[in-house]
Amino acid sequence: MNEMELLTWARGPGLNIAIGLFILGMLWRLVEIYTLGRKKDLAPARNAPGASGWHTVVRRSMPPHGMLKRSPISYIGGYIFHIGLFIVVFLFAPHIKLVDSLLGLSWPGLPSQVIDAVTVVTLATMLLVLFDRINNPVKRYLSTVGDYAAWMLTFLPLLTGFLAVKHLLLPYTTMLALHILSVELLLVALPFTKLIHVFTLFASRWYNGDISGKRGVPV
Amino acid sequence: MSASLQKGINALKEVIDAPVASFFASCVHCGLCAEACLFYTETGDPKYTPIHKLEPLKRVYQQEYTLLGRLAKMTGLAKPVTDDELEAWSELVYDSCTMCGRCSMVCPVGNDLTYMIRKLREGMAVSGHAPEGIVNATKRTVELGGPMGLKWPAVQNVIKHVEADSGHKVPVDQAGAEYMVLLSSMEIVNYPEYIGALARIFNKAGITWTLSSEAFEATNAGIQIGNSDLAREIVSRIVNAAEKLGVKKVLSPECGHAYMAIRWEGPNLVGRPFKFEVVHVLELLDELRAKGVLKMKDKLKTPVTLHDPCQIVRRGGVLNAPEALLKEVVVEFRPMTDHGKMNWCCGGGGGASAIHEPAAEELRFTAFKRKKAQIEETGVNTMVTFCANCRITLEESIDHFEMNTQLLGLTELLAEHLED
Amino acid sequence: MDKEETLLDHMEREGMSRRTFLKYCASLASLMALPPSAAAAMAEALGKAKRPSVIWLPFQECTGCTESITRSHTPSVEGMIFDMISLDYQETLMAAAGHQAEEALHNAMKDNFGKYVLIVDGSVATGLDGAYSCIAGRSNLDLLKEAAKGAAAIVALGSCAAFGGIPKANPNPTGAVAVSDIIKDKPIVNISGCPPIPVVITGVLAHYLTFGTLPELDGLGRPKAFYGETIHDRCYRRPFYDQGKFAKTFDDEGARKGWCLFELGCKGPVTYNACATTKWNDSTSFPIESGHGCIGCSEPDFWDAGGFYKALSTPANPLKYVGAAAAIGVAAGAAVSVANRASKNAAKAAHEKTQLTDLEK
Repeated sequence: MNEMELLTWARGPGLNIAIGLFILGMLWRLVEIYTLGRKKDLAPARNAPGASGWHTVVRRSMPPHGMLKRSPISYIGGYIFHIGLFIVVFLFAPHIKLVDSLLGLSWPGLPSQVIDAVTVVTLATMLLVLFDRINNPVKRYLSTVGDYAAWMLTFLPLLTGFLAVKHLLLPYTTMLALHILSVELLLVALPFTKLIHVFTLFASRWYNGDISGKRGVPV
Repeated sequence: MSASLQKGINALKEVIDAPVASFFASCVHCGLCAEACLFYTETGDPKYTPIHKLEPLKRVYQQEYTLLGRLAKMTGLAKPVTDDELEAWSELVYDSCTMCGRCSMVCPVGNDLTYMIRKLREGMAVSGHAPEGIVNATKRTVELGGPMGLKWPAVQNVIKHVEADSGHKVPVDQAGAEYMVLLSSMEIVNYPEYIGALARIFNKAGITWTLSSEAFEATNAGIQIGNSDLAREIVSRIVNAAEKLGVKKVLSPECGHAYMAIRWEGPNLVGRPFKFEVVHVLELLDELRAKGVLKMKDKLKTPVTLHDPCQIVRRGGVLNAPEALLKEVVVEFRPMTDHGKMNWCCGGGGGASAIHEPAAEELRFTAFKRKKAQIEETGVNTMVTFCANCRITLEESIDHFEMNTQLLGLTELLAEHLED
Repeated sequence: MDKEETLLDHMEREGMSRRTFLKYCASLASLMALPPSAAAAMAEALGKAKRPSVIWLPFQECTGCTESITRSHTPSVEGMIFDMISLDYQETLMAAAGHQAEEALHNAMKDNFGKYVLIVDGSVATGLDGAYSCIAGRSNLDLLKEAAKGAAAIVALGSCAAFGGIPKANPNPTGAVAVSDIIKDKPIVNISGCPPIPVVITGVLAHYLTFGTLPELDGLGRPKAFYGETIHDRCYRRPFYDQGKFAKTFDDEGARKGWCLFELGCKGPVTYNACATTKWNDSTSFPIESGHGCIGCSEPDFWDAGGFYKALSTPANPLKYVGAAAAIGVAAGAAVSVANRASKNAAKAAHEKTQLTDLEK
């Protein structure tokens, strides 16, 4: 298989399969998780302003009082790499074009120099959070193979995408193929790794906010 | 005795639900829950990370309720939860977790870890891995009526003294009263003035009230050990008595977990909404304050700080009443840096204070360093709180560290300064 | 033209100056990234070169490659190169036909066995034993195998000969394959493109005549000198790509301003060829200059690479399996859910009301 064939496979059958498996895995996992059900809370609710599941879905994106100081790398690093990933994934012109062709939705992108800069910062931040995972006693204690695999699955698309755009290391065609393949790997693995938090965190926050919200505590 | 691993796993299978599944799926091992847990911050030992304390529950969830986990279990690839493991986890689930709920406040993906610890304890209790101290407290509550083994005749005695001292009658078993008042044994024995103060306040406000000879004890070791059957048995005494007397409201004493047991867990334990309302004493007092019924004759001159009990404030939702009432009775209130719903635990909640093994006690003292730092930061020598259990824990620790911090109960403080 | 006549002799006879020839050699050398000294060597070698025998076999092709070479820019030195070789068989160009032509072919193969250069354009049909494409009653497959035996080197001219090209496009009814799929024991140079650039062909021939070897090739058997960079690397519209300025339709403001055609499906970023530098029609322009994106014709399977007008980042048909995947996913989830419910109910049924004795082992 030559590089163009690899790219053609990655863009064609490879992507079909990856998106198929992603949808399959995602629906399977979400149904598996959320059909477990929960008991209705029979205690009469106390209402308080700002205390609800929906409030927590939004509010939990901000560090609770005192936490930023206790774990600056987690918060600042976390913000940078999540926002960076968002920008690179959703505001890079070729990616928008992809969504446009899939769903017919389009929005303005950012100049590629800006994307380049954001990518470099995001890559660097991801290395920092990896270092923190190894260095911080709690993170190291909690980390499993899955945590490092999830990091790698996220890091590779970003790295290969950057190398492809910058024509580094390998010919563009090969690198673009590797980029797409790495994204496909990410898609297939996402439902079965901690990366599923991309979807479940909203429900988790809602449950948390709802449990405390019924007691009148905005969390 | 009949505890078994099988019963434990079965209990876990019963209580695992969609939120638990969602929480475990969402966890990214960021470790921020550790930073919110005083057992980690004061020891620096990562094994006290809250999500790690839930490891057995997580594995039971995965092996029983996910396809991949089920396959792993079938093929022998999954690591089963064993008795030895649960025994090792007892320290993590009871000694070093007070179910204070602080970790649930900070988890960035929104996991309510406390909710899960409560469920994990269901399995720990019936597999025989709850600490002896909590088992004994539970036995006393079920068999004798309260954790201190206090019986009604003794309470009657106290009531007589209270009536003599305060000049107010303490009604008992009065059907149709507005409030049925619950007490905690600790208050009856150590702070009987609480009853007198309540009598005065009720009379002044013109509210009818009563004690029940069948259910005066509010505490519920069943929710601390984490067994719903026993907790239901204990809470049913109150529900039956209150519904028999036909009261409109039941007044929970200051005690934190008692409030949790009757107000929030109660209806879920008995499986139906109550025919009465549950009110925390501070909620009632704050309501009276707002109506202008609760007037102080003078104020405490010394500056004070406030320790917010987790089960009443963060997990109970009595958010505003404590500070509003405190400001009514003191000249100067200096809140701690982390206060209200972000307050740090005393270190003895969730039944931990009932564990008397030396290691557990030592750990409690270590964890108290957080509170100690908080108190020292405010620079005051008087701390007010409103939970009997916090009070015992704090007093023990204050003695241990030979601090000169004076501890006051909020309701008593109010009673002391109440206008005659 | 006499076989013993050299290129220089021939040129002089045609009235072309030596200076023009040197200039040509210099530009060829620079184009092929050879050192400047190579230009003189090339001129000398080419000047003295004897006319090698060249046999050109056309298979499943459209004659576009021949058109590209012959119609390029005459009269020119490229034309001269063809004069200097002894093109002993080329169906389109030769005057002979029928048995006469066949005879010429067989004579050339016999006389120059082991020395001739074999040029192939068009893919080789392998289906039905090659019956899809025959010349004089013999399949292309046969002809190729026979002609390859005595060839010193093979030039697979155009994307069909090099990679299978359009005949190989899905569903490939004739079983078309590239020359390199059949012949494994001869040096093969792939000059891909649909059609290939004339100067690339002459450049390769000049290199062969000068050095007696094929130029350095890339992973796909193409001369690196011409296929070393992508169209996108050398495109004059590249700055617009970097600035994120894209034409969205062929007649919008961006298209008129000459912005990047990436979103209109330009395959420049993945296409290795020299169009952007050598250009076409006597260095007049190349497709992107006339407002159309590169279709990637010098790359394998360009015909099936997801549509000429779909942006590179746009996959061909990614939602193909989504319906089925969603159905299976929900079914799998539902099956687990049913099993979970049963499991939980069993746990509830197995529940014995806790007694105090149940708290201890």
